[in-house]
Amino acid sequence: MSVLIEVDKLTKSFGPFVAVDNISFSLKRGEVLGFLGPNGAGKTTTMRMITGFLAPTAGSIKVCGNDVSQYPIAIKEKIGYVPEGAPLYGEMTVLKFLHFIADIRKIPKNRIDKAINGAIKKLGLDLVLYQQVETLSKGYKRRVGLSQAIIHDPDVLILDEPTDGLDPNQKHEVRKLITEMSSTKAIIISTHILEEVDAVCSRAMIIANGRMIVDKSPKELLVGSPKGATLDDVFRSLTIENVKENK
Amino acid sequence: MYTVLSITKREVYGYFATPVAYVFIVIFLIMSGLFTFYMGGFYERSQADLTSFFDWHPWLYLFLIPAISMRLWAEERRNGTIELLMTLPISVVQAVLGKFIAAWIFTAISLFLTFPMWITVNYLGDPDNGTIVASYLGSLLMAGGYLAIGSCISSLTKNQVIAFVVTIAVCFLFTVSGMPIVLNFFSSWTPQALLDTIASFSFVSNFTDLTKGVIDIRNIIYFLSLIIGALSLNVISINSRKGL
Repeated sequence: MSVLIEVDKLTKSFGPFVAVDNISFSLKRGEVLGFLGPNGAGKTTTMRMITGFLAPTAGSIKVCGNDVSQYPIAIKEKIGYVPEGAPLYGEMTVLKFLHFIADIRKIPKNRIDKAINGAIKKLGLDLVLYQQVETLSKGYKRRVGLSQAIIHDPDVLILDEPTDGLDPNQKHEVRKLITEMSSTKAIIISTHILEEVDAVCSRAMIIANGRMIVDKSPKELLVGSPKGATLDDVFRSLTIENVKENK
Repeated sequence: MYTVLSITKREVYGYFATPVAYVFIVIFLIMSGLFTFYMGGFYERSQADLTSFFDWHPWLYLFLIPAISMRLWAEERRNGTIELLMTLPISVVQAVLGKFIAAWIFTAISLFLTFPMWITVNYLGDPDNGTIVASYLGSLLMAGGYLAIGSCISSLTKNQVIAFVVTIAVCFLFTVSGMPIVLNFFSSWTPQALLDTIASFSFVSNFTDLTKGVIDIRNIIYFLSLIIGALSLNVISINSRKGL
């Protein structure tokens, strides 16, 4: 298994506020990392740095062996990213939007139809292809956001709350999709929903106040907890303690 | 270059997918007509030329171009799509160029649609078509200058209204700097060389030179360097948001 993401002593400050504090981890192909933490813990900031949207204050990130700050465009080609809230160009139709993404990702002409059709099929977008994105329901918008992230079959997938706003059936579908893709990619998912970690992640990382508290498999997280404890209980006890410590 | 074109294509599509394009073009055409015939006295001049049409362009652009440029970056930031755009495999320079070119093409389309004016003067008399071509070229270059300034200012804020108002203010300075009202203010106490420098930064004087039918390389260099300068600041402003 090859290491696809290497994050070393990553730190990001906004003025005096330290959003991400000295986080290090690496992720191999085939792993799905669940990124957990209370709101404002630094999950989104970390993801934005890995995708090259924000520059780190200190530390380094390598994606597929390339340093993000040195080869920003090369690493962006390797990543599929769904930003928080899955922002999209609302005035475009779904099909035009996917064509734009395929175009800019330089998918060769002879493979473009296959790539777009594959993404449409995987996310079940057949019925809304000619609809403007802004007229779609929240669930569909989220699915369009996911489809643009997988269209180029990237090695690395970074999904910031990908199932937010989906109904239980759609959540199930998206989780199934992530599990299907997980063997060939390295995937990072941030989420508040702990059952999601149990369902799709091979590793769970909890961060609070910008610092990493735990990096274990979901099962290991439960070890040592009282009998009958759920991931919810573990999460609460870990993050509340950390927040108190910092006060 | 291919990437720049992809961005340009998407942007131009964006203009025409919403009523923005149509509203803008209609208002632009109505206003340019009104200015030419009522304020410019097109018929009263009894001359078959488009001077009364082009003379109003700096003022028309001063208020209309910021309406196009205000959304270029402010809207992306407000909607969060800038995160989508800047995590695609493109450079900031490509994004800035792609968006600017799209806005410029859109302005060119609006300007092109004023061709009935040209037909009208040719029907009414025997105008110097060379001068008219040079004037159109000058007008397009000037529009590029306004757009580049507007694009740069749009990248500094999330708020389109702020982008609009600040762009008008900055463009106003560039527009009036060659006017007697400004030059008279300076003339009593500044040396002639400085006065000429101030005047040379004016959109109006550079544009007026071109409307006389003389395509002077200095005027073209002026507009092009202004565009390049403003777009470079645009790139710097977007990079600085990244925290580099």
